[in-house]
Amino acid sequence: MMQSLSKRLDYLFRSTRGLTLVAIAVVSVITAVFGMLSGPMVEWGVKEVVVRGLGMKLVEAEREGRIIMLYHTIAMTVIAIEVYFITELLPMKRHEQTTINGTITIGYLTAGIFGLLFAYWGHNFIFHGLFLLGQSLVFFAGLLLSAALWPWKKEYRLPKDSPYAHTRGGLDLERLAFFVMAVATLVSASFGAVTGSYWGNGHETFLAEDLIRVPHKTELQKSIIGHLHIMLTLIAVAITLIVGRWKDFKGVLHKIAMPLMISGTIIITAGALSVVWVEWAHTIIYFGSVFVMLAALMYVIYAWDMLIKEGVAVQGLNNPNAWQKIRALLRDPLRFGPGWQMVFMNFTVSGVGIFMAVKLEEIFRVWPHREERITLTGHWHILSGLIATIILMYFADLSGLKGKARQWFGWLLIIMSDLAFASVTVFSMKRLFVSEVEQQPLVNWTMLLTDLGLAAVLVVLAIFMLWRLYDLFQAKGYWTQELKAERKKAAETEIAEQKHRLEELNTALKEVLK
Amino acid sequence: MKPMLLPILLLQRMQHLVDGGKLWAAILAVTMLLLAACSPASRVGAVTPPYIDTGVDPESWTVVPAGELPYGQHDHMTLLDYDYEIMITDVTNAQFARFLNEALADGTLHIGAVEVEAGENVSLHEGVYAYYPGDPFHGYEHEEEIKAGDKLYVSFEEGLRLTFDQETETFAAIPEYANHPMTMVTWFGANGYCQYYGWRLPTEVEWEKAARGVELVNGRGLPFPWGTEIEGNNANFYSSFDLFEKMFGKLGNTTPVGFYNGKTYDGYQTLNSASPYGLYDMAGNVWQWTGDDYPDQHYRYMRGGSFYSYAVDLRVWKNNSAHPSYYSPQVGFRCAR
Repeated sequence: MMQSLSKRLDYLFRSTRGLTLVAIAVVSVITAVFGMLSGPMVEWGVKEVVVRGLGMKLVEAEREGRIIMLYHTIAMTVIAIEVYFITELLPMKRHEQTTINGTITIGYLTAGIFGLLFAYWGHNFIFHGLFLLGQSLVFFAGLLLSAALWPWKKEYRLPKDSPYAHTRGGLDLERLAFFVMAVATLVSASFGAVTGSYWGNGHETFLAEDLIRVPHKTELQKSIIGHLHIMLTLIAVAITLIVGRWKDFKGVLHKIAMPLMISGTIIITAGALSVVWVEWAHTIIYFGSVFVMLAALMYVIYAWDMLIKEGVAVQGLNNPNAWQKIRALLRDPLRFGPGWQMVFMNFTVSGVGIFMAVKLEEIFRVWPHREERITLTGHWHILSGLIATIILMYFADLSGLKGKARQWFGWLLIIMSDLAFASVTVFSMKRLFVSEVEQQPLVNWTMLLTDLGLAAVLVVLAIFMLWRLYDLFQAKGYWTQELKAERKKAAETEIAEQKHRLEELNTALKEVLK
Repeated sequence: MKPMLLPILLLQRMQHLVDGGKLWAAILAVTMLLLAACSPASRVGAVTPPYIDTGVDPESWTVVPAGELPYGQHDHMTLLDYDYEIMITDVTNAQFARFLNEALADGTLHIGAVEVEAGENVSLHEGVYAYYPGDPFHGYEHEEEIKAGDKLYVSFEEGLRLTFDQETETFAAIPEYANHPMTMVTWFGANGYCQYYGWRLPTEVEWEKAARGVELVNGRGLPFPWGTEIEGNNANFYSSFDLFEKMFGKLGNTTPVGFYNGKTYDGYQTLNSASPYGLYDMAGNVWQWTGDDYPDQHYRYMRGGSFYSYAVDLRVWKNNSAHPSYYSPQVGFRCAR
């Protein structure tokens, strides 16, 4: 019994797939519980039952603070997932991988549990202190990750004929892109931490969307606004890099994309943080965004081209027509999906943002603030949602989802999430097509489609998670294969490291004995 | 001012968009048209509710005495060192119709087409207008200049609960809506109404003091006019399941002023939700224009939330803002003096 439990704990907390599964389960539980406190759940009376049933203490004036802690809990769990992927995908020492994963796991769980306890069940300095400790551990894991990613190490140099982007000296530009992203995240997190710590000294909680029309914002308010924007952007940059590694992105497009991604990440980060001091910071952000989005485009072209080529080869076609190419492209939703979601993001996030910026005078300076707030919150919820779907696609692929289950999971995830995101976009832009007097049918339909899309995605996710839970109870479940494969890989890495170390020691010994 | 069908409006909009070369927008409009055509839901203006007498007199005022109040979400103690009076209810359609007739008769107001500026866009609106002397302009980022000139008070559009008799040139409230808050009124219209009678719009601080009073519960000011928690029958807000949501869907419609006074209407029991000073509808029903003209911006601010708002926007410190020429079926006002 103990051995059986120990094996499962070993899988859940010491393997990439297990850790990711735990983190996805944590986000799912948080979403399920705290999602019942808003939207249609309020209308249906579910909120009241949950609040009373769980003994939550919800003070009206503290709502914004609660939401901020909730966002942080989810964001840190998502960051942990991305870190697990990075430590698995990029070469690093075994002890680095285990230390980073262990630190961030304890960090996000501590921050999440005690942050939510503080926010929803009553304030005390212990909960808040542990929330801060958890966040500090996540930050420390980021420092360790940056050190492990250090791209100038000799062993991570690439040969001159490598198909991956590199400098003449062999510097791995993809590794550099990951490194820059990690460092930028640490710098941006510091921005939030420094200003956040000032709250204890009398600064007041706010949601950025509520401040949008305040003409003279304080430096602290601007710091928070810069922080939240860049953190989500960097999470998006990270997942783009991760799926690139997952699909073995390489070749000419890779060589174009990586310098773009590196410079774009630096420029966007500088732009977002300079919001505090520079009036034209938005121009810097737009400039950096072009680089990052072009890099993502390179990935999409590469990934879809590969899919088409592979699909056509599987079908044994020499001269495929357009229809056959499209069929090849769409044959695997989990591999097609990440690229598609990135393209779709342009319609529902970037496109909306650019449109709003261009139409600033006609729209935002006239529309009521509530409409502007809907658009603002809508666009970043959609971006977060798109990132979540990409993570799920990658994890489902890692979980070895095959056959019809893969098709159903993948296509439902893509179609239903996009239906929801498109509906939210139309809802948030509704004032362009319909006046307030006539808006009700449009509101009803977009809300219905949004709820339908999100509900379907949640059901698909729940089925997937239940399958994984069921599997965990099987003596020879899929988890055992995953654990075995990861242990084998870890052992091989450690043997290689030991051999390398032995060689180094032998060389040193020879030098001494000379 | 006959009610028009949504598909017709959308078709007109689509034609306009195609004419303007905005094909993408026309495609979206077609999509909306299809959605609208499929929708069984009723909407504001399509159904007329019954007249309901709440027993609350919209002509009455109350005094808010001088003193400190907990202001804003974080309860900053703020001193208002003067007494002021404020209306017990929002200005009703009947009251506004009376104002229009009086002000038209003495030449203060005019009927016709008036230009409404929104950034670089200028559109013509048929409605009631009057001269406004303009606001100080500082040229700050995103600030728009509110120039002196004729400003729209109400536009002759669907959603306006007034009728206009062209022969006698008089306005009247649609009877069933006579005691509902006056909506579809711009800030200029709201300000013009109050000034016409020698009053003014309340400032945001005055509005909040009148809404939440000065009482502290557990060291905090009240989040709602009646207390610390909100129930569906405290106020008219989104999906509050009030009487009117049965007729208009969960977006609802305005309720008569003073509706939430503890009375039972057609089996629907309301809670007495007056503020500590006896004001009604300080949370929900319609947003209320306030009078502040803050430097470096052109926006005017509203308070109270509306029947379109979630409960969180009914918290007394929440505000909304818009261009002063904005009007909506969910925005009204009351005056102070």
